[in-house]
Amino acid sequence: MTQYTTVFGSLEDYSKGGVQIVDDDPKYYAFSNVFDVASRAAPYEKVAVGKNLEYVLEAIRAEGTSEWRATPHDEFALVMDGTVSVELLDPAVELVDPASSGSITLEGRPDGSPMGTVTAQRGHMTMLPAGKAYRMHCDGVGVVLLQTIEGPDTVYRWGDICQTF
Amino acid sequence: MTMIDEAPNSLGYRPFSVGGFTFARDEYFVTVEWPTGNHQMPVDHWLRCIQRDVAWEFFYGIVNFDSVIGTMNHYGTVDMFAGRFNEAYRRAEVDYNETFDEEELLGCFRAMLSDWTNEGYDPFAAPLETGSAFGPSSGDNDEAVTRKRVVAERMVSVPGDEPLRSDESGFPVNRAFADVDQSEPVIEAEPGYESEVCSFNLYAYLSRSDVTWNPSIVSACKESLYCPTTEEFTLPVIHGNDRVEWFVQLSDEIQWDVEDRDTGAKRARVIMKAGDVAAMPADIRHTGYSPKRSMLLVWENGSPRIPEMIAKGEAPVHPVDF
Repeated sequence: MTQYTTVFGSLEDYSKGGVQIVDDDPKYYAFSNVFDVASRAAPYEKVAVGKNLEYVLEAIRAEGTSEWRATPHDEFALVMDGTVSVELLDPAVELVDPASSGSITLEGRPDGSPMGTVTAQRGHMTMLPAGKAYRMHCDGVGVVLLQTIEGPDTVYRWGDICQTF
Repeated sequence: MTMIDEAPNSLGYRPFSVGGFTFARDEYFVTVEWPTGNHQMPVDHWLRCIQRDVAWEFFYGIVNFDSVIGTMNHYGTVDMFAGRFNEAYRRAEVDYNETFDEEELLGCFRAMLSDWTNEGYDPFAAPLETGSAFGPSSGDNDEAVTRKRVVAERMVSVPGDEPLRSDESGFPVNRAFADVDQSEPVIEAEPGYESEVCSFNLYAYLSRSDVTWNPSIVSACKESLYCPTTEEFTLPVIHGNDRVEWFVQLSDEIQWDVEDRDTGAKRARVIMKAGDVAAMPADIRHTGYSPKRSMLLVWENGSPRIPEMIAKGEAPVHPVDF
């Protein structure tokens, strides 16, 4: 029987493909690489690598401990490299308008009840529930792809991360 | 517009008809006829195409079976067309289009799948994992062609939502993903929060997928839908977008041919390796090639308003301006 090797990328070992143009503009494909973006990002900077109207995919370099954040809607964090723990907290008071979009930074740990912790490795996907607070921690350096809605901390640098020719 | 119910031909296959289209199969081919023309396709390819249309309920936008035949989703009604997105057919005025209630065309395709799929052939499977579609009628494979598509409300594994896959539930690890780590995340939930502290191994989940080229929803952030899928061999259809669509290559490699949605003129090839992210503009059509079974995250904005917004200029054809 054929033995197959599944190739996942990492910060240490990734290889980019690309757009081969026949008759088009490469910018229309907004081609980037999550590991490449995270390798050049500040810890917990939320760099958009995908945008579909108000919705975004953010590449996050997980390194050390993040700030506490509150989200008005469910978000989903997929670990693509490293081991990342997620600490969840049920706030004592409403921290973010449920009708708003995108998570916000909090000033320190909010008052509330601990909900629990998830320790996630490559391929593990964690729900960050609506109305709750969370922070991430990584002992080394990891990469998280976040499914969310654009917010005040979403960083756009398409010209730096995307193939342009 | 009614389906007819005729006796099987000498090979045991029933003919079908819906509106002005008629469909017949022989040992190797499907023959499609419409008031201004006719067309043939290999039956294995045909079954793979209508299987996706049924599973996706016509998906977003246009599902071209090849350069002539296909369907276009209007979310409630659906067009079936011949030559509509083929410049030569349009110029010769032999193109044809007919609009159906979604359920009517789905019913026709479901009946066709049941009657024309022989025992041992699975239109969802990679060619190395299934038997032959050819020859005279021989049994059926209704269990395979009626699979339910995964549609998570919040996220797979959340209590009450779509369950995980396991050997016990009939989803063994695929031969091409035998090396994928099956360990689950460590979840330490405080009492009372078990239903909200949730996490699962998406890669292990995908490694147990028994279908190819069938995006299924594993998480939903309002109308932002994660639709990962496992891919092997070729995407059987040429998908024409009605909105911007995004791909994140989670493992291995897929190469995409991108063409103009309306004329079929080649616009680009997109080579995607693990970690790559690319948008597919709203005015293209594409088909993909995956030499080794791979994991692809298809990311969709499921809003039904988008085609109208694009038509009015309120939503972009291209993903971002920079």
